[in-house]
Amino acid sequence: MTLLFSVLLVCCALCLYRVARGPSSADRIMATDILGILMVGFCAILAISTKKDYYLTIAIAWALLSYIGVIALAKFLEGKGFDE
Amino acid sequence: MRASLGYFFLAVGVAFDLLGCVGLIRMPDLYNRLQAATKCVTLGTLSILVSVMILCSPATGAKAFLCGAFVLVSSPTAAHALARGAHRSGLRLWEKSVCDRLAEEKKG
Repeated sequence: MTLLFSVLLVCCALCLYRVARGPSSADRIMATDILGILMVGFCAILAISTKKDYYLTIAIAWALLSYIGVIALAKFLEGKGFDE
Repeated sequence: MRASLGYFFLAVGVAFDLLGCVGLIRMPDLYNRLQAATKCVTLGTLSILVSVMILCSPATGAKAFLCGAFVLVSSPTAAHALARGAHRSGLRLWEKSVCDRLAEEKKG
């Protein structure tokens, strides 16, 4: 279990490297999106190892918020409002 | 048997997550990175959620199913919207890319 957690932490560190480095702002948006999906997996592993199911509630909320954020930023990048 | 199947899915999921993040670092431009990272990380996270369904109680498994269905729908959609936005905002492809159908379609 500890090994899985550390591998996922390495993944998060790689995503944060891309956020810090990313040449364009689209790279940074993408890396935060990937970070959000990784966090869903992280919460799922926590739910397995602690046998508490509220971690999955956190995962669902995190996935929803990350999705809304990325869609909003992509629309902003496109230079349009939400009502095309 | 059931537990070992669950741990197998868990290991596969974490391995796919790691490979996707390596792709996020190694690929040359946004569009390549987007497809490498999004596909691998979505499959990895879905595999972790499948292992939750196998290893935990049915109530927890139902929540994991809900979460997995949402991730399966939302992650490709977000990646598509982001690629479209980046292309519209004028982000260039990698110089060794061979084909840009969206730009051709817009031009012709």
